[in-house]
Amino acid sequence: MNDPYATHRLHAYISALIALLLSAIPLPHVLGLLRPDLLLLVVIWFALMSPRSTGLLYAFSWGLLLDAFSGVLLGQHALGFVAVSFFVHHFHLRMRMFPLPHQTFVVLILLWLYQFLMFWIDGVSGHPLNEWSRLLAGVGGALCWPLLSGLFSSLVRRH
Amino acid sequence: MVALRDRGARFAPTRVGSLAWRAIALIALSLGIMVLDSRHDGAGLLRRSLAQVVAPLHRIVEAPFALRDAISSSLTTRDALRLQVTTLEAQNRENALTLQRLHAIELENERLQRLLDASPREAIRTLTARVLQVDLDSARQRVLIDRGSVDQVTSAQPVIDAYGVYGQTTRINASTTEVILLSDANHAIPVQIERNGLRTIAAGTGDPNRLALPYLPRNADVQVGDKLVTSGLGGTFPADIPVATVTEVRRDPSQPLVQVRAAPNAKLDRDREVMLVWYKPQVISTPAEATPHPAKGKSP
Repeated sequence: MNDPYATHRLHAYISALIALLLSAIPLPHVLGLLRPDLLLLVVIWFALMSPRSTGLLYAFSWGLLLDAFSGVLLGQHALGFVAVSFFVHHFHLRMRMFPLPHQTFVVLILLWLYQFLMFWIDGVSGHPLNEWSRLLAGVGGALCWPLLSGLFSSLVRRH
Repeated sequence: MVALRDRGARFAPTRVGSLAWRAIALIALSLGIMVLDSRHDGAGLLRRSLAQVVAPLHRIVEAPFALRDAISSSLTTRDALRLQVTTLEAQNRENALTLQRLHAIELENERLQRLLDASPREAIRTLTARVLQVDLDSARQRVLIDRGSVDQVTSAQPVIDAYGVYGQTTRINASTTEVILLSDANHAIPVQIERNGLRTIAAGTGDPNRLALPYLPRNADVQVGDKLVTSGLGGTFPADIPVATVTEVRRDPSQPLVQVRAAPNAKLDRDREVMLVWYKPQVISTPAEATPHPAKGKSP
């Protein structure tokens, strides 16, 4: 039972749970459009800064839970989370080196990739939602990234 | 999670390969779940077990709002309460009068229908429910209510509020139910214009204050201010419940169809008290036998 990443894993689960709950708090309409995908940001952060404590299965399980939580097609967010998480795991050493604005930009691209996957799955599964406002959620997420990143870095020690 | 812990050979060349394989496997798994879930009840077991996990989480999100409501109701002043009681009493008196008149009309109607040998009107049972303060997906018009399969809620059951049709139930959990609102872009409801009985379909637009009537020809008799009520076709909604009021009619000579917009009567983005309706589209027996779907309530 000598697991050096146990604390990190615990942090990862608690933060993901909080992010999941926050994602369902009702917001006024305009803020709601900018609502960041907080859970995905948490998954990205742990994949980036502590890749050994969380894996793709972590992304998958939380994605599946988000699917059930928000009542959409099961597996939809799970797929998006795994795809984004794969890129972050693959490039985490490079991404860590980026200066913060650069890193935020990469996160924005990843969030848009995720939104595109969601858009695509919605279309294929017969619930099309052709709204450009989807892209705003990515912008909201990118705006949150420096804050979240700063907060988490001060709370969790890197591995 | 177990398989992911052995990261000893992190920088060996095989690492990236195995990461990619794991990603492919999980993506394939997600795709499989999606395909199953898009069939009717294909991933039933998985969905039900996840619903067990998720239900308490919804309650946690709701808890602060429930607490706020409880505090604000216990802090209401005596004067405000007295005013409320006076208003409600007046309203109640008025309603009682209307109800008496309606009762007489209903009896008369029944007599006449018996004379005409027409089928009796559908029996209706209702149950009030509370809309939970949980934002499921801000891009879609869906809400959770606090009644579930223990209350014998079934799928595709009408939900109304004090002003008109609110939506219909989709996913039933043990103690909560997902309701798709009238205004969801994937929702459509058969309606008729009260003034002339013209039947059509009102589709949601994704905007809680707007419905569209996309299937009316250019020469259709529709005006601003027309009231739309359910037509009873399709069997989901009982007939003659208010749905919306027409707010805009645009006739473009180059288009074969008229563009009509309507505002839903139900307070879709405000109301927290709604009513679930059970009814049988064609009741052959007497209205006294109006306990619908007693057997289905047991299965979650």
